Amino acid sequence: MEILYENFLKLFVDDGWKYIVMWAIGGLLIYLAIKKDMEPTLLLPLGFGTIMVNLPLSGAIGPEAPLTTLFDAGIANELFPLILFIGIGAMIDFGPVLSNPKLMLFGAAAQFGIFLTFCLASLFFDLPDAASIGIIGAADGPTAIVVAQQLNSQYTGPIMVAAYSYMALVPIIQPPVIRALTTRNERLIRMPYKGKKISKATRILFPIFITVIAGLVAPSSVALVGFLMFGNLIRECGVLDSLSETAQKVLANLVTIFLGITIATKMEASLFLRWETLLILGLGLFAFIFDTAGGVLFAKFLNLFLKEKLNPMIGAAGISAFPMSGRVVHKMGLEEDPQNFLLMHSIGVNVSGQIASVIAGGLILSFAAGFGGFLG
Amino acid sequence: MNFFENFSFSRFLFSLQYMWKGMLCIFIVIGVLVALIVGLNRAMNGLAKKSDSND
Repeated sequence: MEILYENFLKLFVDDGWKYIVMWAIGGLLIYLAIKKDMEPTLLLPLGFGTIMVNLPLSGAIGPEAPLTTLFDAGIANELFPLILFIGIGAMIDFGPVLSNPKLMLFGAAAQFGIFLTFCLASLFFDLPDAASIGIIGAADGPTAIVVAQQLNSQYTGPIMVAAYSYMALVPIIQPPVIRALTTRNERLIRMPYKGKKISKATRILFPIFITVIAGLVAPSSVALVGFLMFGNLIRECGVLDSLSETAQKVLANLVTIFLGITIATKMEASLFLRWETLLILGLGLFAFIFDTAGGVLFAKFLNLFLKEKLNPMIGAAGISAFPMSGRVVHKMGLEEDPQNFLLMHSIGVNVSGQIASVIAGGLILSFAAGFGGFLG
Repeated sequence: MNFFENFSFSRFLFSLQYMWKGMLCIFIVIGVLVALIVGLNRAMNGLAKKSDSND
């Protein structure tokens, strides 16, 4: 009874109010996951974990406590996000990209927000933290975790919340940006889909080639790209169907459960309730907006030279939020013209965004070696 | 840490190089991949046609 009284009192002295605020944040994340269906697989464990770690004298965190042990075993060494990448790779069908490889260029253009945000964030944060914040624009949770952990960022918690929340908010964030940058005539451009048959050999060689090329250009990206492509190779090889199914469902689900609740160790009130968190959330939104803008403007730029015009909206699908972004673009096309089917193009661009964002993460890690050159 | 105390315009200027380097590198990697996939598709289509004609 005395312990209960003491713990209750802790809520009302010094920084005790912060616990209550964090419970509210945890509750909000659970609400968004259940009621609004916003990335429930991650926001729900994250929300519940947030409440667990913000109870006075919580036994869930601390030396040898379960969540800290899980964090050290799976996130501090980036193992969980990388294993999750095997599942994601096994889920993705690269067919639309292989059928029209030029779509990959939009994936590259839509990473603009990452690098722009990195520069902007560097006004306020040290370079490793700024780079970790920029990678929120990758719209790819596992990449954000790997980069933030490898760069030893002290803002992993806010970065994760921003990355996963904005991924879920893609249907709200992207349409106004797309509308602001395109005319109605551009949004009405139809793009007939000419699907080509892709040989099995191409599907098998593709993940191998990507790993080799990305690894040669940015060696730090080998783990990120390699695990993603390994998952895809399992899917496409045709002889490991049961492994592919396990990777897509059981493995991905299992890792996701641990990932969400373990990330919550970075949601302690002392780490989360800072002015920097608000700034990080703002910069994350900025990154998403400029990723979208980068893809759309690149498509408009290409249209200056192309006879057969592209619908610039497909450029917006170059962010990695898969498959939400592809669907958003398709839906916007249908809203403008019920006969304008952009799905295959937008999903192709969206898949390219997945590859490009992982490569961008690897590039950021490669650049980190040069951060020491700043003597400011 | 107060982020206004940590404000640094020279750090921003230093980081600008990573914007163009990053976008250049990513376009190079993706460009190589596009060329590779186009080549691969053509080679595989060529092989398929050859095998059809042999049949």
